[in-house]
Amino acid sequence: MRHTISVLLENEAGALSRVSGLFSARGYNIESLTVAPTEDSSMSRMTIVTRGPDEVIEQITKQLNKLVEVVKLLDLTEGAHIERELIMVKVSVPTANQREEIKRLVDIFRGRIIDVNDANYTIEMTGTGDKLDAFIKGIDPPLIVEVVRSGSLGIARGSKSLRL
Amino acid sequence: MNEANKTEMMMGADILVNALVAEGVEHVFGYPGGVVLHIYDAIFKQDKLQHILVRHEQAAVHAADGYARSTGKPGVALVTSGPGATNTITGIATAYMDSAPVVIITGQVATALIGNDAFQEVDAVGISRPCVKHNFLVKDVNDLAITIKKAFHIATTGRPGPVLVDIPKDVTILKAPFEYPDTIEMRSYKPVVMGHPGQIRRAVDMMLSAKRPVIYTGGGAMRGNGPKALTEFTQLLGYPITQTLMGLGSYPATDPLFIGMLGMHGTYEANMAMHECDMLIAIGARFDDRITGDLEKFCPYAKIVHVDIDPASISKNVPVDIPIVGAVDQVLPDMISMIKESEQRPDSDALAAWWGQIDTWRTTNCLEYDRKSKLIKPQFVLEKLYELTQGEAYVTSDVGQHQMFTAQFYKFTRPYQWITSGGLGTMGFGLPAAMGVQFAHPNDTVACITGDASIQMCIQELSTCKQFDLPIKIICLNNGYLGMVRQWQELFYDKRYSHTYVEALPDFVKLADSYGHVGMCIEKPSDVEGALKESLAMKDRLVFMNFITDQEENVYPMVAAGKGHNEMLLSPERELA
Repeated sequence: MRHTISVLLENEAGALSRVSGLFSARGYNIESLTVAPTEDSSMSRMTIVTRGPDEVIEQITKQLNKLVEVVKLLDLTEGAHIERELIMVKVSVPTANQREEIKRLVDIFRGRIIDVNDANYTIEMTGTGDKLDAFIKGIDPPLIVEVVRSGSLGIARGSKSLRL
Repeated sequence: MNEANKTEMMMGADILVNALVAEGVEHVFGYPGGVVLHIYDAIFKQDKLQHILVRHEQAAVHAADGYARSTGKPGVALVTSGPGATNTITGIATAYMDSAPVVIITGQVATALIGNDAFQEVDAVGISRPCVKHNFLVKDVNDLAITIKKAFHIATTGRPGPVLVDIPKDVTILKAPFEYPDTIEMRSYKPVVMGHPGQIRRAVDMMLSAKRPVIYTGGGAMRGNGPKALTEFTQLLGYPITQTLMGLGSYPATDPLFIGMLGMHGTYEANMAMHECDMLIAIGARFDDRITGDLEKFCPYAKIVHVDIDPASISKNVPVDIPIVGAVDQVLPDMISMIKESEQRPDSDALAAWWGQIDTWRTTNCLEYDRKSKLIKPQFVLEKLYELTQGEAYVTSDVGQHQMFTAQFYKFTRPYQWITSGGLGTMGFGLPAAMGVQFAHPNDTVACITGDASIQMCIQELSTCKQFDLPIKIICLNNGYLGMVRQWQELFYDKRYSHTYVEALPDFVKLADSYGHVGMCIEKPSDVEGALKESLAMKDRLVFMNFITDQEENVYPMVAAGKGHNEMLLSPERELA
């Protein structure tokens, strides 16, 4: 099953490689991993999306907790939570027709065109992975120049939180 | 350290030495090189730390590990950058697998050169990351003292393990105020030591209603007051106890409640009891594959309670019914009080029947061997060693048949008495580990049990032993084979002894002699006792005893790969007894 795990860890050199090394050394899957410093610059927050049977997920959370630099973690999948991913897509739009069609699609998915030149649109969109997948499927494949995805970010719903 | 000294400006090298002294370190096992010259200069100028020059960096870590495992205190190794650091990796992985508290200081090229492929540069932090509990690169001399404090704190608390500190050369030269904290708090590292009272109560209730209980313990019961608590706990319940290779010594093997080691080469009674038990009380053990055999067939009738300080060890290989995270020496006293307070008592009728069954299994005499053989049997040498040392020696081993025979035949009664590489199975561990043990216990007998193959993996340390007059007794059970591998080839590969015959062995007597030690070669069973007596009497000399043993002796019982505990191969000689 797919799990989204949020991790607070010390913002130190090498902390990220400890996490990624753990996943490769123990043969765990990483679907996506995002990391950036928090409002407290001594800490980073990481969102890991992984897949595996329950006992493997249990090991993943235990092994993550065992890393000295991990301060705290939360398996968001255990409760109601929100996930969002950012995507940027560059599409080639040589004809007016194609430009119109892409604009319509972007509107339907509530994205934004953030850069334009005579041949290309660059589109920004946030949402769940499913929604972003659906958007990309809606574009005629030859028109796609490049796609960049952030990987999922997650946060618990309501008053539940992951903080020190 | 007085107040005036606390803020003295010091060079990084002196900060390191002073920090080690503040940690109570007396021995550092190491090997100098370019980037640690300032550290070695600082060591030269002081007399609180003794530096022991080894002959290979792997041995420095094994020696520090042996020191740690025979005392419970951290061991320290110091090496240079590049090859110095890479040579420590086997030692570090060995310590990591067996949770030994070792601090490894590696020199690093100057910070300005890091990443430039400088001479003797290697990413020591990167290369050691998968086999350390934690590691640090110190980039600022102002962080040095606090980093050393953290390293010792992490290495020795929770589930212990090796911690590496990589120190660039410029950091050893630059100056900073030296202040060494007495304690340290880390928000991201707070091991749980107290067990959950509710879980402990549930566990106690479950244990007291067991009909066929077994206590199974590992290295986690060795630390602190673990052995004392374990002994009280076991004797209070009167339940049979079996131990892993790493657990031996934390409960006296001479006690009737002890049913021997379990697992691949465990006793018949221990493995059968594991298979038939209805209650397994696992304490400080990690359900390693050498213990469990085939997981599908593991303890089919048992409810399982598991006490361990490492949550990740719980339900990793075998799902358990009642997990208790905490230090063994904290949880067991709580359990003991609850058992004493409880109105329930163990079911004495069921327990008597269970012991009756175990005693029947014991009559199998699973460790019996051919005592009439004209060849020296390795088991015989170990029995004699046990007798002649009255079970008091510190014993280290290498890896293979001799290691298993030692575990089976030397009855360990004290914690920290048996020092062996269990998890990683590192050949070459025994001799350097024995050096660390001998430094920790200069007046005690230290025996290194080894084989003709293992001993050659760190043989150069005979030179270190000479330099420091270490009177280690090396007992080499020389069968001319990689005995354990040969045993598998005999049993599972139709005796195709592929590359397990060690041709061109050195003359070990001459070799010992050339290093300035005493060498003996023993070829007849009737000479075994005399040779052991003679060498044990040489209190101030290292003696290398080369026992020419039966070439094709096997270790039994054996739980082969993919088998359950009740499917042991037993010794064909058992019937001769």
